[in-house]
Amino acid sequence: MKSYRLKHLKELESEAVYVLREVAAQFERPVMLFSGGKDSIVMSQLARKAFAPAPIPFPLMHIDTGHNFPETLEYRDQWIAGLGARLIVRSVEDSINQGRVVEEKGPNASRNALQTVTLLDAINEFQFDAAMGGGRRDEEKARAKERFFSHRDEFGQWDPKNQRPELWNLFNGRKRPGEHMRVFPISNWTEMDVWQYVLQEKIEMPSLYFTHRRLCVERNGVLLAHSDYVMLRPGEKPVEMEVRFRTIGDMTCTGATRSQAGALEEIIQEVAASRVTERGGRADDKRSEAAMEDRKREGYF
Amino acid sequence: MAARGYLDMELLRFLTCGSVDDGKSTLIGRLLYDSKSIFDDQYEAIKLSSERRGDEQVNLALLTDGLRAEREQGITIDVAYRYFATPRRKFIIADCPGHVQYTRNMVTGASTANLAIILIDARKGVLEQTCRHAFIASLLQIPHVVVCVNKMDLVGYSEQVFEEIRAAFEDFAAKLDVTDFHFIPIAALHGDNIVERSRRMDWYQGPTLMYLLNNIHISNDQNHIDGRFPVQYVVRPQSSGHPDYRGYAGRVAGGIFRPGDHVVVLPSGMETRIKSIDTYEGPVEEAFPPMSVTMTLEDEIDISRGDMIVKENNRPLMGQEVTMMVCWLNDQPLKRERVYAVRHTTRDARCRVREVHYTVDVNTLHRREEAKTLGRNDIGKITIHTTAPLVFDKYSRNRNTGSLILIDEGTNETVAAGMIA
Repeated sequence: MKSYRLKHLKELESEAVYVLREVAAQFERPVMLFSGGKDSIVMSQLARKAFAPAPIPFPLMHIDTGHNFPETLEYRDQWIAGLGARLIVRSVEDSINQGRVVEEKGPNASRNALQTVTLLDAINEFQFDAAMGGGRRDEEKARAKERFFSHRDEFGQWDPKNQRPELWNLFNGRKRPGEHMRVFPISNWTEMDVWQYVLQEKIEMPSLYFTHRRLCVERNGVLLAHSDYVMLRPGEKPVEMEVRFRTIGDMTCTGATRSQAGALEEIIQEVAASRVTERGGRADDKRSEAAMEDRKREGYF
Repeated sequence: MAARGYLDMELLRFLTCGSVDDGKSTLIGRLLYDSKSIFDDQYEAIKLSSERRGDEQVNLALLTDGLRAEREQGITIDVAYRYFATPRRKFIIADCPGHVQYTRNMVTGASTANLAIILIDARKGVLEQTCRHAFIASLLQIPHVVVCVNKMDLVGYSEQVFEEIRAAFEDFAAKLDVTDFHFIPIAALHGDNIVERSRRMDWYQGPTLMYLLNNIHISNDQNHIDGRFPVQYVVRPQSSGHPDYRGYAGRVAGGIFRPGDHVVVLPSGMETRIKSIDTYEGPVEEAFPPMSVTMTLEDEIDISRGDMIVKENNRPLMGQEVTMMVCWLNDQPLKRERVYAVRHTTRDARCRVREVHYTVDVNTLHRREEAKTLGRNDIGKITIHTTAPLVFDKYSRNRNTGSLILIDEGTNETVAAGMIA
């Protein structure tokens, strides 16, 4: 007898496509956030599938910290042109120049937290009523509590103790004017699922994910890429090593891992054998035990 | 894990219910640890937190209790989702708090689960809480229930204790609508019968918990009989490449659809045939739950979001009077004079509560016929009257087309979960 049972990647794909279609149906002005990382690449690929043969019915938006890896920007433009989608870019640099935020100082300065203001300003500017992100519940303990449809008040804040119950696949996207929803279509995916999907779909990925030689600085157990944005402390000396990135974010807080994985299959083997979470290399999460929860409350993804 | 093997895995969603005292966190920690899903930096982080709190041992509960308030108060407030995989299956755990004031959280976690693990402390036996958890599992029609009798080490690994608990549970469960029960004696702290067979309980001949999770038969958990396709979104490219394409996107909620099938669109009643079932990769020969696809039809008829495409020879129920079991989720109790928004499949309507039939004491299953309303965490039977007809099946027949939520139109909060009777 034939088995009518989907394999797990198909089931996760089907779930994400369902969520994306709910967003398009329930909201007037949705937007998809695109960081250039693997999660947003997979999420936008799923959007392409959800509405085919029609184009993606919402724009993609990149919040540019100005501290991106040059490879990320190059990839972004190429990938989104391939999707046939509209790209909006809003930059933290502009927020700083307009006096909306003040740049952090010191050797650990990062624009990661400042993104939140730029993001909320952009949501206001375009009157977006839903913003989709590639956040996954397996990434971090505060994210493990996140809903698919996550309500944000008029200040963009998350109230983790008072979340709407989410039952079956019945998503409640109702909100008052001025409020918005954050939506996480790939909530149930793990890092492994994402890489397996990339392999299955033969998605071309940014070169940063594959092994390359790079000058790095080791700080608090995190390998940071040597760049103009990372101020060297006394005694620190960049060393060239073979690395790749497990997550891609701002150059000031994204840690590299020593790796020789140059192909997708090798990355998958590495993820399977890894003893450290992918965010273990993120300096932004190490600021305190509840660093992610605190940033999310304020409107971070 | 070979890259290739991973592509052939199945997905199993299960929930764990019980309180910290039952050893729930230890059990989850053990499953994650033994499947190598706890990472060194996570372990280091909770070890540090445990030391800071003055805990004697590394407190595995800190892995699952992600919110600051939960860690401060040492309780689980909200459902947390955890993930692990074996070479055969990928698992999504909905980790639910166990106390009565979190009934609504358990209902939430149970709504998408294929399997429930109910934990019993071997020293305490079947408690009110156990009965409540079993009742909710049956109310939400979770197909498989695994009762883990934990802390067997503290009762001398006694077969008699285990059998007494099993008998007491079966006695209670006879009143419930669940057919697939399994009982396993475990000691989560030491790993007995979790992944490895216990050498201290030779009298137990059944599978370990991990074996059961890996092998339990789940392919019949979806309804493959009654063709149900709620239209979610209409795809109209209106492009030069596809000037006339009109597709109905949605996720199959029941049955198996094939091109050529004779279908009817409800509630309008218009009949037609399926022309094609499309995906991004191209047309497919059949679609079954929970596939997301796009259908095109032979005839041009007016169809929009909220309509349901069903097989012509197998029709669902339809009407504006709907009777259901509900779990009330909100602090504000049910108000008869209020109008609530209804979301059922992809359809929106509004409703008033016509009648509260009874509420159920979740610990004893006794009905309170005199109840006039439902408050937070209450479970009961009500009848609603809707502004527009709903197209539905009984929840026991189909969880997708038999479930709905009520929304308070003032606060926009989801206030109730309904299972159509």
